[in-house]
Amino acid sequence: MIDREEVKKVANLARLDITSEEEEQFTTQLNSILDYFDQLSELDTEDVAPTTRAIETSNITRTDTLKPFPDKQALLDSAPEQEDDYFRVPKIMASN
Amino acid sequence: MSQETIKELHQQLVSKKRSALEITQETLERITSLEPNVRAFLSITDDYALEQAQQVDNKIAAGSEIGILEGIPIGIKDNMCTKGIKTTCASRILENFVPPYESTVTQKLKDAGAVMVGKTNLDEFAMGSSTENSGYQVTANPWDLERVPGGSSGGSAAAVAANECVVSLGSDTGGSIRQPASFCGVIGLKPTYGLVSRFGLVAYASSLDQIGPFARNVEDAAILLGAIAGHDPRDSTSLKLEIPDYTQYLKPELKKGLKVGIITETFGEGLESTVAASVQKAIAQLKDLGAEIKEISCPRFRYGLPAYYMIAPSEASANLARYDAVKYGIRKEAENLVNMYTGTRATGFGDEVKRRIMLGTYALSAGYYDAYYLKAQKVRTLIKQDFENAFAEVDVLVSPTAPSTAFKAGEKTADPLAMYLSDLMTIPVNLAGLPGMNVPCGFDDAGLPIGMQLISNVLREDVLFHVAHAYEQATEWHKKQPQIR
Repeated sequence: MIDREEVKKVANLARLDITSEEEEQFTTQLNSILDYFDQLSELDTEDVAPTTRAIETSNITRTDTLKPFPDKQALLDSAPEQEDDYFRVPKIMASN
Repeated sequence: MSQETIKELHQQLVSKKRSALEITQETLERITSLEPNVRAFLSITDDYALEQAQQVDNKIAAGSEIGILEGIPIGIKDNMCTKGIKTTCASRILENFVPPYESTVTQKLKDAGAVMVGKTNLDEFAMGSSTENSGYQVTANPWDLERVPGGSSGGSAAAVAANECVVSLGSDTGGSIRQPASFCGVIGLKPTYGLVSRFGLVAYASSLDQIGPFARNVEDAAILLGAIAGHDPRDSTSLKLEIPDYTQYLKPELKKGLKVGIITETFGEGLESTVAASVQKAIAQLKDLGAEIKEISCPRFRYGLPAYYMIAPSEASANLARYDAVKYGIRKEAENLVNMYTGTRATGFGDEVKRRIMLGTYALSAGYYDAYYLKAQKVRTLIKQDFENAFAEVDVLVSPTAPSTAFKAGEKTADPLAMYLSDLMTIPVNLAGLPGMNVPCGFDDAGLPIGMQLISNVLREDVLFHVAHAYEQATEWHKKQPQIR
């Protein structure tokens, strides 16, 4: 079971600003989904290995060669705010 | 309105009966007249399409040979990046996003000369089963405008069904190609995981996402898959393989000794009786065509849905962390960084996306990983084993694609779990990474399409094309067209 306090905590982890109505709604809905998920406890998975990918592939490597993106300006232009060659963001730490 | 196949259009172009510009113009006119009702497209790329068509005509005029897809009007789900053309994922958070690069699939189609006429609607970030979760518009089912086209690739399915384009691309994480194909009465194929590059596909659940074709007939789907499949160094999960010409598997007769398995568990509770009857009739037809029919049990199949609703949101919560208002997308100004994140994400994401991010964040948070995500990944192994056992006995599996025909808009929006249930039959296929195809196999009393799902073993798309084509040739379903009104 997930309670309202926990929903608030998860919203913070997920960087979502949620209203108190949403808090209430998510508590109910997440609980019903988690209840539904509970039927998996019928299955004994003690000695079962997890499947992480549909077709197992591991350690796909390539040589680490630098390939600069041809249009740096297009990347910068996509940002909400930029300055010279940087993305601009609001203050990260509060000034005392 | 005639519904030519890719080969027929190609013949018309080669014989100069019609020009690519004429075909494109007619398609754009049809889009203009139908869109007020169907609303399949988020953007119509008319200038781009006309320019592409002109290039094809120039080539023909110069006496050059043209490829099979040159001049063919195509729709692209709006979660595939198109350079210089807005790609929104049907999310408000990307309402101003113009990708600076091209996805591999759209680059391949561009190189093949296909003419993209527009970007199609979807459930926001491909999360949903009705396309009602779009942040922009609700797409109608061409067979009944009050009903949903399915989802999440509802725009791509509706556009092909309404003949607003010849073929289209969708993406399928838990059924997002096959279920809307079923609701809209068209062919929809989810290929083997890794067959088609995901580079430039906006990520939802990366271990499940796969791009595939929508078409009005099996041959067109085979041609389109051939054009988009293949290894891509920019997607480390893409498989290194020779891609065959899939049309070689389309034969007038079914291969002798072909074994078809009916998944017993998919004909149980919750299945509409008309859907069950149509799929059973289709199986009887396969038998008439010479197939050997067998009942196959996949006892863990039904655990696919709960496992999926832990795996997909978990991966989504990680994938969608990138929407931070720093590099692209919208920004809600705030006095500090964290409030900028939380405010932007609260404004930019819709309800279903927030719900899945919350669920996934919870499942992956400290103390819950083993109970939820790991447990679900283990169940995935069991489902895979069920399929492996099945394919030791048969060549292809059959089930209904969806438990019902298209439902009415608004009918399931209040209850997320009820909505999730429409993906019951398709999800296990993604969890096992197998290819699956929707094939139209009838209509219910209200005239809504019914689809059967064909599932084959890993990388056996050839079997799907072969069986679907033989069935299609023996039936008339694919010739019916919706009367849009």
